[in-house]
Amino acid sequence: MSEGIIVVPMPKWGLSMTEGTIVEWMVEEGDEISAGEEIVEIETSKITNVYEAAVSGKLRRITMAEGDTAPIGAMMGIVADDSVSDDEIDAFIEEFEKEFAVLVAAMEAEAALEPEIVEAGGRSMRYLRMGPVVAEGEEEKSEGDPVLLLHGFGGDLNNWMFNQPALAENHIVYALDLPGHGGSSKDVGAGDIATMSDAVIAFMDALGLQKVHLAGHSMGGAVALDVALKHGDRIGSVSLVCSAGLGAEINGDYLSGFVNAAKRKDLKLVAQQLFADESLVTRDLLDDLLKFKRIDGVQDALQTMLKGMFDGGNQALVLADRISELGMPVQAIWGAEDRIVPVAHAEAIPKAQRHVLDGAGHMVHLEKAADVNRLLGEIISSS
Amino acid sequence: MSIKSYREAVNEAIVQEMRRDETVIIMGEDVKGGMGGSAGVDEAWGGVLGVTKGLVAEFGHDRVLDTPITESGFIGAAAGAAATGLRPVAELMFADFVGVCFDQIFNQAGKFRYMFGGKAVTPLTIRTMYGAGMRAASQHSQCLYPIFTHMPGLKVVLPSSAYEAKGLLIQAIRDDDPVVFFEHKMLYDTTEEVPDEPYTIPFGEANVTREGDDVTIVAFGRMVRFANKVADKLEAEGIGCTVVDPRTTSPLDGDTIIECVEDTGRLVVVDEASPRCNMATDISALVSANAFRALKAPIKMVTPPHTPVPFAPEIEDLYVPSPEKIEAAVREVVGYS
Repeated sequence: MSEGIIVVPMPKWGLSMTEGTIVEWMVEEGDEISAGEEIVEIETSKITNVYEAAVSGKLRRITMAEGDTAPIGAMMGIVADDSVSDDEIDAFIEEFEKEFAVLVAAMEAEAALEPEIVEAGGRSMRYLRMGPVVAEGEEEKSEGDPVLLLHGFGGDLNNWMFNQPALAENHIVYALDLPGHGGSSKDVGAGDIATMSDAVIAFMDALGLQKVHLAGHSMGGAVALDVALKHGDRIGSVSLVCSAGLGAEINGDYLSGFVNAAKRKDLKLVAQQLFADESLVTRDLLDDLLKFKRIDGVQDALQTMLKGMFDGGNQALVLADRISELGMPVQAIWGAEDRIVPVAHAEAIPKAQRHVLDGAGHMVHLEKAADVNRLLGEIISSS
Repeated sequence: MSIKSYREAVNEAIVQEMRRDETVIIMGEDVKGGMGGSAGVDEAWGGVLGVTKGLVAEFGHDRVLDTPITESGFIGAAAGAAATGLRPVAELMFADFVGVCFDQIFNQAGKFRYMFGGKAVTPLTIRTMYGAGMRAASQHSQCLYPIFTHMPGLKVVLPSSAYEAKGLLIQAIRDDDPVVFFEHKMLYDTTEEVPDEPYTIPFGEANVTREGDDVTIVAFGRMVRFANKVADKLEAEGIGCTVVDPRTTSPLDGDTIIECVEDTGRLVVVDEASPRCNMATDISALVSANAFRALKAPIKMVTPPHTPVPFAPEIEDLYVPSPEKIEAAVREVVGYS
């Protein structure tokens, strides 16, 4: 690879993303771009999202036009400063395209990154592990303890699709399907937070994870908090994303609506409440939710959890006044437009560790992925 | 979740229900090995197209029954078994053979609940192959689902893909009323992601497989694939098609169809059944009676001609509604003024 030339690659968002289509470039060839700047809108079969530049520099080339579709990792553009000549860039692009064709063939030959199943605490637990990409024969290098991501009520490990790959650049990251969800067993015991936290510890034991950094969304946040209070020595940091467990109020209509909706149009009205930008509720997102809800045992599991955690539209477990007992760093990340768990609940966390992001709803980790990734990265690296 | 064929999806639905509920049995011509086979080749076939292969090994000869070539006998036996406590899944090899056992289906199984004042239930599933395209000639290629749809007391299911097939068949087996489950021969080798766990898709709930603003296409069974293909092609040209797969013709989700036509103002119905008194005429009547003011163009029906299914391959291909014919119909209603 040539000195000073950086490829802007087609990102991979989520398990099922194999390719993406350029919807719109928000910058032009020749523009100076900076890391974190929104530069291009990309559509996948699941969702449309804005790609934020990973590096700063001059965007010398745009190699994919609006409407073009390419596999993940493909070159969308080139960042290089003016000291690099056009000829060098042309030669680089030619070389890259050759190598990329080989890489794509190799990736297709190799099994795609697949979730795995582990038996833990009497249940099958599905999880997805990602770590820093390493060349063949080299050892995996990662910083500190692994990261464990816990989704919310009715979600699954795919909810972290915009976060897990970014965190996995520096850390080993596990995303877990909690009991009753995704590909894990549908047995949810009493359907309370304690059942979930026991399952998390059983999962860590089964995989030999002595200590992890926890990030939990919504219900998963309450689980993270419960685990951290019960097993403080095994938790490096806790990130609570639009978290349950910090106050009694919760949008009970959303919860019962989600459990009871059987038709696409009913579910759509419910799911829209999750986002600030309701257009993010796509046909595929609804299809995936409907497919999950139709599986044997899911309806019973959801009903049991609804009763066990949120009976009468209130949170059964509130741990807000025990935050001070935690010995590890804790932060709260919230979407300012969260319609499920009141943003005021973030106030249980000291102001310095409280981050409320504008323009995002309950699924802040999808809607403001880059900001959330930066905040998660910071607490993990600093503790 | 893994990629499975329509054939594998049907097989998996039966296997999982037989494991879950020991009253589920299967019966039919050659469902295990073929009556004509010599000893020891019980598993040679698993049905003419191999859908029930492997079942006898797991569930034994008491729950996987090869029957004589006597639809009048074994379909009647299945109806009786259902009324007296079992949950039979009977295979009527080709829907075309219904002529000899129709009394057992519509006068007996379909009417038990009504005639016995609700005191009897008949949890019978009849799986049957249908449809043209296999070069199987006019007695093995028909789409007879309108005949069953006509009969109160029967539920009629037309799965259009592997995912649909598994969920709808499990629903059918668990249903307490007689269900006729139509498997299109030309879909058996189509594949898609299908969950490994059992799941159910409710009856009477249409699936909107594409969303567009200009035309509603209502299609059944194999025709849903064709309609999706046309919708994807025309989307690139700026013609938006909503595709509705009703999944079940009885019960029928008329509300979804009417709502979609109210949004698009135009309707194309694609039905592989003979054109008189078929689902296309039924849907057309439903829409013209309930969404007349929304219509911006005459309703267009894409069906075969009113003839037997031809045997000559070239003529059979002309007979079946094709993506090209559907596309032409969409263009015609969009261009109407």
